[in-house]
Amino acid sequence: MSLDLDHFHPWAGLLGGIVIGLAALSLAAFNGRIAGISGIVGSALERSVGLSWRLAFMVGMLVAPWLLAGVLPLVPDSGTTLPRLIGAGLLVGFGTRMAAGCTSGHGVCGLARLSPRSLVAVLSFMAAGFATTYVLEHL
Amino acid sequence: MKRLPLLSALLSGEMFGVGLMISGMTDPARVKGFLDLAGAWNPSLAFVMAGAIAVGILPFRRLAGRQVSLLGETMQLPTRRDITPRLVLGSVMFGTGWAIAGICPGPALVRLGGGSYEALVFVLAMLAGMKLFAWYDARHS
Repeated sequence: MSLDLDHFHPWAGLLGGIVIGLAALSLAAFNGRIAGISGIVGSALERSVGLSWRLAFMVGMLVAPWLLAGVLPLVPDSGTTLPRLIGAGLLVGFGTRMAAGCTSGHGVCGLARLSPRSLVAVLSFMAAGFATTYVLEHL
Repeated sequence: MKRLPLLSALLSGEMFGVGLMISGMTDPARVKGFLDLAGAWNPSLAFVMAGAIAVGILPFRRLAGRQVSLLGETMQLPTRRDITPRLVLGSVMFGTGWAIAGICPGPALVRLGGGSYEALVFVLAMLAGMKLFAWYDARHS
């Protein structure tokens, strides 16, 4: 293992993390809801009670790049192949619903709430992420 | 539905998306660099989670005791504490997909809003995966 210091942005990471944390707190404090993106998308897909606030939250996320247009552009697509995108999307959709959370619901909100469930989820998806990357990049 | 909770959900979503963009989570290459322990490891994203947890930990503790939100909505924060095979297996599937594409659900939405074709394909497949799980769940629970 070596450190990639050319692309190391700890302050951007920390600042972005703080904004993410404040956004999650805002949704919890004002709406009484957890900012778990897979849960919000999945429940909206099932048209369960609370569709309108979920749609509003998703619209907010979709327009975020417009707010930062010219200030902080998104990096362009990197040429990921179609089978990989589809396979990854299927795994992420099925897996996050089965685990009832992803990086936001378990990773940010769950860990901040000191939930033991979320700690197990985070350790599991991080371990799988490290292992998958090793297989894809080094075998 | 009342207007204020809709507005706060919209603004929270915007803030969440902006945070993801500042943090670098919307850059698949940086996510892959973070997950590549054996290569040139980029630990930046560990700081994202640290920052989010640092600001959330005390306020979340206070919110947990409330019955209604500041806007009078019923508090519906999670209460489950059980560790199940589904929790682990689902998380492993998610982590695998996250590593393959370098995007998780939040950044996928942000990139979709920014006009990314790859995010569109990913999100459509993700919605299909969610539908598949709902179908599986209806038969196995």
